[in-house]
Amino acid sequence: MNDTLDVVLRLVGVLVVFLVLPLLVGQTEHKVMAHMQGRLGPMYAGGFHGWAQLVADGVKFAQKEDIVPADADRRIFQLAPAVALLPYLLVLIAIPVGPHGFVGQALDAGLFFVLAVMGVGVLGSLMAGWASANKFSLLGALRTAAQLLAYELPMLLAAASVAMAAGTLSLPGIVESYHWWWTPWQLLGGLVFFTAGLAELQRPPFDMPVADSEIIFGAYTEYTGLRFALFLLSEYAGIVVLSGLTTVLFLGGWHGPWSGSVGWLWTLLKAALLSFVVIWLRVSYPRLREDQLQKLAWTVLIPLSLAQIALTGVVKVVIS
Amino acid sequence: MNPGSALAAAAHHPGFLSPTGVEITFVLVGLATLGAALLTVTTRQLVHAALWLVVALGGLAVEYLLLTAEFIAWVQVLIYVGSVVVLLLFGLMLTRAPIGRSPDADSGNRWVAVAVAGAAAVTLVWVVVDAFRSTWIDVHGAVQGTSHATGTSLFRHWVLPFEALSVLLLAALVGAIVLSRRDDGGKETQ
Repeated sequence: MNDTLDVVLRLVGVLVVFLVLPLLVGQTEHKVMAHMQGRLGPMYAGGFHGWAQLVADGVKFAQKEDIVPADADRRIFQLAPAVALLPYLLVLIAIPVGPHGFVGQALDAGLFFVLAVMGVGVLGSLMAGWASANKFSLLGALRTAAQLLAYELPMLLAAASVAMAAGTLSLPGIVESYHWWWTPWQLLGGLVFFTAGLAELQRPPFDMPVADSEIIFGAYTEYTGLRFALFLLSEYAGIVVLSGLTTVLFLGGWHGPWSGSVGWLWTLLKAALLSFVVIWLRVSYPRLREDQLQKLAWTVLIPLSLAQIALTGVVKVVIS
Repeated sequence: MNPGSALAAAAHHPGFLSPTGVEITFVLVGLATLGAALLTVTTRQLVHAALWLVVALGGLAVEYLLLTAEFIAWVQVLIYVGSVVVLLLFGLMLTRAPIGRSPDADSGNRWVAVAVAGAAAVTLVWVVVDAFRSTWIDVHGAVQGTSHATGTSLFRHWVLPFEALSVLLLAALVGAIVLSRRDDGGKETQ
């Protein structure tokens, strides 16, 4: 009975994190982008500096009519947002927040689990783009697929380098065996991982699949109301997951002063900092062209991640 | 294992008539997987076939999980669901992926294909049944499919096949690149 209660409590915790953190990131994006551009951003909803803007947005989305285009493949069109969103919820279960089992569920091959399940989310965009019966949607889905195929490999290789360094695939195990000099040692891999993760989330400057000036909103063009909100939510949940993963793999997770008592705070702080960087990149870089995207992945990121693996191997052999 | 211990082990085997919850789940997921696989080859809509394939491959991953082979299960999801099917969908969308039925999606080789698939299935089932005749996995004991156990057996007992496969895949990769570049080779060197 106690075990069941424990599992239920952990799952409820993960669900709460899943529902709260993406909204926090979204609100931060509103405010940070606005201030970087010399604006104020949302100021009215909720009173204090527009803190309830996203709640108001949610209410607005829920009130909108749910439209399915006449020529669309109804069932797949309606299923796609769930396929895009659920993987991120599952991934959150395996990301450790603090020491002593402060994690939804510690998995033996947690690193593999996280990367595998994150890769499934893109099926949602593909289904959405194809089922919409709209050429802009289809183009967006095609660009999504091409981008994912190109960036999955460097991301995996960078993660493999960390697994080699730690000698384990378990995410809590990786954080436990972390030392401060890992960050400079794995710096290259960390940069590759973060960049490839941004590309998988289709965040600017890698937002070619949803380029609004060319193909409206890519795979999500035909969506309205709650289903559209689910796609947006999956993007912000993706930012949370990517920041959390980069923190755990490359920045030492809960390590920091007084990590025994406030370790979870360190994880959240580092992840929040990375989320800020994600937002910062959105307002400061122009969109990459499709050929530049592919070129960056195949001729820069993959060789860099291979070099990182070689470096990891050499250092690992020397120090052991 | 000597005959005596094999007999003793056999005495402790659970029977087929008192299935545990895990076994029932295994059979149910297996049926769902089989159903999805059948739909994959019988549906008239090309993209639906690819999506049913996702369900079938995901079902297989769940079966691996139930057999405590955690590592293999996630590799299955990563490679097949996350990459192979995405590549498949990409290819379909690049060429021809109409919404609704594709009347020309049928092949004249249907019966040959059924025969080959049936023969392959019989061979595989026979080999697996023969190899693991009465081996039972203790799903409540130590996990037997951890990444540590898998890695140890892979790089201790199966290194040569592993390396041979790597070379084969590398050759396929190089071949694919050569084939895809041949056509516009003249234009490339302008």
